[in-house]
Amino acid sequence: MTEAYKNLRSRADEIWADLHDPETVWVRIGTTICGRSINALGVVETFRAELARRGIKSVVSEVGCLGLCYAEPLVDIRTAGVGRVLLGPVDVDAVSGVVDNVIVNGNVNVPNVIGSFEKTIEGVPMMSEVPGWSNQHRIALRNVGQIDPGDSFQYIANEGYAALDVALSEKTPEEVLTEVRSSGLRGRGGAFFSTGTKWGFLVPSPGPEKYILCNCEEGDPGAYNDKGILEGDPNTVIEGLLLAGFATGASNGIIFIRHGHDGPISRTKEAIRQAYELGLVGKNILGTDYSFDIEVSLVGESYVSGEETALMEAVEGKTARPRSRPPFPAAVGVWGKPSNINNVKTLSYVPEIVRRGGEWFNDIGVNLSKGTAILCLSGHINRRGMYEVELGMTLQEVMDEIGGGVPGGRQIKMLQTGGPLGGLLSADKMDTVLDFEAMRAAGAILGSGGIIYGDDSTCAVDLTRLLIAFCQFESCGKCFPCRLGMTHLLDMIERIRGGEGQQEDLDLMRRYGESMQAGSLCGHGQLGFNPVQSAFRDFMGDFLVHINENRCPTGSCSQYAANPMRTRPGPEATAFITDPYLRN
Amino acid sequence: MIDINNKGNSSSDLREVTRALLQEHENVAPRTTVLSCLLEVQENLHYVPEEAIVEVAKYTGHSINDVWGVASFYTNFRFTPPPQHMVEVCWGPTCHLLGAMDVLVAIQSKLGLEGEGDVPDGVIGLKYNTCLGACSQGPVISVDEKITGAVTVETALSVLEETLNPS
Repeated sequence: MTEAYKNLRSRADEIWADLHDPETVWVRIGTTICGRSINALGVVETFRAELARRGIKSVVSEVGCLGLCYAEPLVDIRTAGVGRVLLGPVDVDAVSGVVDNVIVNGNVNVPNVIGSFEKTIEGVPMMSEVPGWSNQHRIALRNVGQIDPGDSFQYIANEGYAALDVALSEKTPEEVLTEVRSSGLRGRGGAFFSTGTKWGFLVPSPGPEKYILCNCEEGDPGAYNDKGILEGDPNTVIEGLLLAGFATGASNGIIFIRHGHDGPISRTKEAIRQAYELGLVGKNILGTDYSFDIEVSLVGESYVSGEETALMEAVEGKTARPRSRPPFPAAVGVWGKPSNINNVKTLSYVPEIVRRGGEWFNDIGVNLSKGTAILCLSGHINRRGMYEVELGMTLQEVMDEIGGGVPGGRQIKMLQTGGPLGGLLSADKMDTVLDFEAMRAAGAILGSGGIIYGDDSTCAVDLTRLLIAFCQFESCGKCFPCRLGMTHLLDMIERIRGGEGQQEDLDLMRRYGESMQAGSLCGHGQLGFNPVQSAFRDFMGDFLVHINENRCPTGSCSQYAANPMRTRPGPEATAFITDPYLRN
Repeated sequence: MIDINNKGNSSSDLREVTRALLQEHENVAPRTTVLSCLLEVQENLHYVPEEAIVEVAKYTGHSINDVWGVASFYTNFRFTPPPQHMVEVCWGPTCHLLGAMDVLVAIQSKLGLEGEGDVPDGVIGLKYNTCLGACSQGPVISVDEKITGAVTVETALSVLEETLNPS
């Protein structure tokens, strides 16, 4: 252990002990984007006021989301009397009652209690038995919702930076790389490429300037786990970057976030600032001769900028259009320097892998898919939220045991997995296990981990149109198979949706799709036909009802004739371009 | 100080404001690019006036065309002064399944709009969004960058009403 880390750790332990002081009440409230959208900040404010009014010694922390978003605003209270208990939903009006009951009187038997973490309390379930929480396996999310992301010492007190310390004081870069290789970790951005192999590409590239990019563009509708991690526990990503830099001999790290997501941006910047201050990032980290700089880079709204080479263009400040490969990023990356791109989720596993060993991680999971999946469940599902489960669970188990089934007694009809390019999966494939290869064999992708549930009121044509409209709008326009293909696909599916489709349209769409798969430059065009292809495979019935009977089987398509549709560049931009000022 | 409320500002004022913003940006940012400069302008002025395009081009040493190419590519930039309030409605798949169309149509009919855009008197504008990032709380709208989740037609309209006519 380095001297510097020993000092940090003892300071962190003191801070942690103070929070657990018997005289202090510690209240943790999830205020990430999902919580803020239903006024979690108002709950924080009310808690502070109510506790101050009663003169109770307390700390009210804004933490990340524990993932049980269906029960937000989530309030996690720790007192000497009742131990640590979780309540939700607790809205502003309920705060005063909760303070009286739980904190003043020590009575946890209130209607909105979810469970107790520590003590056995009559009438209150233990968290280890609460469905949706008990069957998780939290590695990347180990600290999310449990610590204040604004205080790096709380991360350090929970074994934070221990892996970095071990790596710097006891291991060589090769040994760190070997741990990551033997863990079987694969990239969680969607491609599931071996992380150890990817890092290995960067090792022989000439330095000294080499970059590790961390991708939090996360434009996939239905997935918010990258933002959830950065907002709830930015230090685990920073530590992951530092370890990646150490293993590959890189000099700089860039965390790449979409402009406008202020929560993840501000919390990440603050964590980086603190890490610099504590000597965990920058020159001579922890007093060793390892140096590594980390910065945050923002990008404008563009889905394609999440693609690895487009991302590098965006970091350089250009339009986010993919580059053709080769040369590959490990040779020529951002600013022409060797680079390596990792997803937020991938990097957040790394500290635990290095600390506990590759073998430990390798034992978790199934087949070639090691570790866990970080899922975002949304749509027609009871327990919407962000969960981390061991790979190998079946989709049925995820829906029933984690998600709690479909609301309103309706039947599940379809799953939309892996973002808009992932396509639809019919409910009769629910025995598919969470495994990259198995999902692909079933015709879906695990992708970034978003699963959107559609019940039997959902029309496959309607949802497919929406996915194609998204893909068409987000096409960057660089290569024509994607640019034109998406536009034609959208035209045809709108025709079908509007009841004017013909049998021939289906074949024409297939032909367009095949050209896009073969001829597009990046994944956006290559996978852009997936929504249609998967809908044809599993829900041809819905298409045929539209074409042959001129009606929508569920009525969702006939409800609104016009749907959101956007074009690029926007109407405003086109008006501007005719300005004589620019023409001259 | 930079005058953010620049609606009545002249062209030369806008150039000066942009230059000051870029100077400030250079002081705090680890590195500056065309995109980072444009984001800085958008963040502070809530739009990118043509004067700013020219100033960013001068500052970064790129052509006006290059800068314009970047600005028109990303959909978060706007090029005319923003309305007083901006409402964004998410139409991503999750929100769509949970009833975003009802909310969108209700908001459009309240504002008298048929698609995206500003109302004629410039009080409020509507923008579509493909994902506001709070999928577990869909349908989601955002008014003046404050996100409201789990909205119904009624709650969405009351949020809007509260914004337009604060009680």
